[in-house]
Amino acid sequence: MTGLPRLIFMELKLFLREPLAVFFAVAFPALLVGILGSVPGFREPKQDIGGLRVIDLYVPIAIAFVLVMLSLNLVPATLATYRERGILRRLATTPVGPTALLAAQMLMSLLMAVGAVLLVLAVGRLAFDVALPQQPTGFALAFVLGAAAVFAMGLVLAAVAPSARSAQGFGTVLFFPVMFFAGLWVPRAAMPGTLRDISDFTPLGATVQALQDAAAGAWPQALHLAVMAAYAVVFGLVAVRTFRWQ
Amino acid sequence: MQVIEVDNLRKQYRDHVAVQDISFTVERGEIFGIVGPNGAGKTTTVECVEGLRTPDGGSIKVLGLDPRRDGAELRHRVGAQLQESALPDRMKVWEALDLYASFYPRPADQRRLIDDLGLGDKRETTFGKLSGGQKQRLSIALALVGDPEIAVLDELTSGLDPNARRDTWDLIEQVRDGGVTVLLVTHFMDEAERLCDRVAVVDAGRVVALDSPSSLIARMDTAQRIRFRPASPLDDGLLIALPEVRSVRRNGVQVVVTGTGNLLQAVTSVLARNQIVAADLRLEQASLDDAYVALTGHAAVSD
Repeated sequence: MTGLPRLIFMELKLFLREPLAVFFAVAFPALLVGILGSVPGFREPKQDIGGLRVIDLYVPIAIAFVLVMLSLNLVPATLATYRERGILRRLATTPVGPTALLAAQMLMSLLMAVGAVLLVLAVGRLAFDVALPQQPTGFALAFVLGAAAVFAMGLVLAAVAPSARSAQGFGTVLFFPVMFFAGLWVPRAAMPGTLRDISDFTPLGATVQALQDAAAGAWPQALHLAVMAAYAVVFGLVAVRTFRWQ
Repeated sequence: MQVIEVDNLRKQYRDHVAVQDISFTVERGEIFGIVGPNGAGKTTTVECVEGLRTPDGGSIKVLGLDPRRDGAELRHRVGAQLQESALPDRMKVWEALDLYASFYPRPADQRRLIDDLGLGDKRETTFGKLSGGQKQRLSIALALVGDPEIAVLDELTSGLDPNARRDTWDLIEQVRDGGVTVLLVTHFMDEAERLCDRVAVVDAGRVVALDSPSSLIARMDTAQRIRFRPASPLDDGLLIALPEVRSVRRNGVQVVVTGTGNLLQAVTSVLARNQIVAADLRLEQASLDDAYVALTGHAAVSD
């Protein structure tokens, strides 16, 4: 193993040595599904949310939670630490360069995200009979675009944060609005019309709806795919322009 | 053969000029030192050599390559130890070496490197749990793990205790004996005097002197100092008249004579001729530190 795969493996090892991070990003979302699913009322179909069960709505929300923890909390704090401590600069003097470490950190997080999502889907399916995505391609596309959108935002955060501590702080502050519009506290189906319209234009609001649609067997709506792609492109470009290696 | 050529290097930051005009060449197999106070432009200079910064003027050739244009090739052949560079706290010593070794086509023997640097029993220790000196030694090991032709070491012994410093110096000499050219940045004059074949004394972004430490010292007109207590009254004029003597000072009952050349011989013969017994006679050689103060007009900044 050399270069990038070696770096990804190393990043993975380092990540697994942070038990709290592993718990919140990987185990907690599945646990959330488990806790909500054990409320009997959440396993009953409800007319006001289109005949679905609350637990059906929370599977995509838990996936959004996975993405936000990794992209806005862990990745920016890690990258800002790497910059602050001169690790990126040190790598700039080796043949692999600092971009490789950045890529390794992102790919490792994406790998973790996929693992956590599979865990969420498994808990939903096995414990509460939540159907697996009926439109798997659309579901995968929604996940990838949603991940691209929030990871690009996380990179901008890592770029503009003056220190690791502030990256962590900004990440926590961003968590609340982003997850609010994703429906963590009030699922989109239960949101008033205006709120849901706003949610359509937020990165994880669009992601959750696209995942929801694909889970039910429909192709995600063009609006939501476009919103996710727009976030990914705009923030991606800003990140490329603003990222500092030292 | 010259492996590093720096010509009229100039580097400016937003608000100040870090490097005004620096030129020097480094021969293959030597330990070349860049000494000077903090803020003299030493680190900026080696960062340009490493390709981490783009010069605003002048030219740099390292192993015949341009550090900016041929950076990829150069990074295979130059190992660097940066000032203030760390590793993730939870990375173990062996993992760091293993990882950095994987970046290079023909890495050095990691086990030997770990043992040479006295980290043998720390292989399983995480970076966050190492002492300052151990971190520093690991950082040196990482600079050498790619088996480089040139090692650039920036302030390699800062934060080390006196024993660890001596061990590190021995190690650097071994590295050089293994055929590696060493470019050393330091503000410790004893370190430069002990290790370097040649040093460039840098002050305010310029090279103020470039020579071997012993020549720099010999160049001073106060390279030697004699202290003694005359047993009978001594007329200072007898000593000042000598061509070798630069100054005569009284320090209580003690006489302090500075000068060059065969100072001791000249002074003792005058004393003998006048039948003056010199008690507690001591000859002190100036150090690079003294030469540095004479060259730059201010003391080396010590930690």
